[in-house]
Amino acid sequence: MRNKVLFAILVMAAVTYLIRVLPLIFLRKPIKSRIFKSFLYYVPYVTLSVMTVPAIFTATSSPISGGVGLITAVVLAYRKASLIQVASIACVAVYLIEFIL
Amino acid sequence: MTLVDKEAFQKGIKDGIPIALGYAAVSFALGIAARNHGFSWLEATVMSLMNNTSAGEFAALELIRVNAPYAELALTQLIINLRYLLMSCALSQKLDEHLPFYHRFLIGFDVTDEIFGISIGYPGKLNPFYSYGAMAISIPCWAFGTCMGVLLGNVLPQSIVSALSVALYGMFLAIVIPPARESKVLASVVLVSMAASIVFDWIPFLSWVSGGMKIIVLTVLLSLGAAILFPIEEEVSHEK
Repeated sequence: MRNKVLFAILVMAAVTYLIRVLPLIFLRKPIKSRIFKSFLYYVPYVTLSVMTVPAIFTATSSPISGGVGLITAVVLAYRKASLIQVASIACVAVYLIEFIL
Repeated sequence: MTLVDKEAFQKGIKDGIPIALGYAAVSFALGIAARNHGFSWLEATVMSLMNNTSAGEFAALELIRVNAPYAELALTQLIINLRYLLMSCALSQKLDEHLPFYHRFLIGFDVTDEIFGISIGYPGKLNPFYSYGAMAISIPCWAFGTCMGVLLGNVLPQSIVSALSVALYGMFLAIVIPPARESKVLASVVLVSMAASIVFDWIPFLSWVSGGMKIIVLTVLLSLGAAILFPIEEEVSHEK
């Protein structure tokens, strides 16, 4: 294992652990600030959206299959398919479209 | 461990099985991505064992590959994983006031989207052993899947690897889309975020900004904008 990579992993693990554990240790009362609560509420949606598009178009062998994966996942998720279903069926769709192309 | 604790532990394992299966599939894709970024199986497995965060680890792959400064890595994790802060804030209200600190330290190790989801659904105050049951089955699966992704990514044909690469994004969409369906504001936030992300990549003078910084900048700006324009009602449910 590369030392640099190990150290990087330790840095990210420490940050992530502190984020998770500090509220459990220190939070006795609910957060008051409405704006801050709202900010925290929107963060996951923005982050995951930004990470998914446009990266999904370059993750697979071609932008077309990536796009098919995107559409498949969006439709399934919209129909409230489970996490496993969305992820796995999107994979199958990408596989099939690349097989055809 | 009392009998009640034992039962809670077993229930945690049972509820954790579907989560663990999902983790195995998604972390396999993460492992493939790790391999593509030059990680050894040991490096990737240790990263998964210590972090338990799909989006965070995924973003870290590129940052570590390009030798980004540790400060940038730390800041990226802070921003991407800020949602765990919100979840832990909510989870803190589910814990018994007198719950010893060692339980709090242990529960805090694995506050993920999914385990947070089932923990909040636990009736009454959370029994920490319920969390430990879910962790006992899902953490090994997360690490094992990552390891397999690195090792078998070499063996599997390119068509399979390409198809599996989409799994992680599928999972992200499975988290984002269902709540967006119920709220026009959330749907707009998702669409604007995706559009902004595309535009960000296209604008030439912004291309020097690294991927991690892009996530930070867009997340802070757009979340803050949404929070100011559409502050949430006092009691928004955090259930999935």
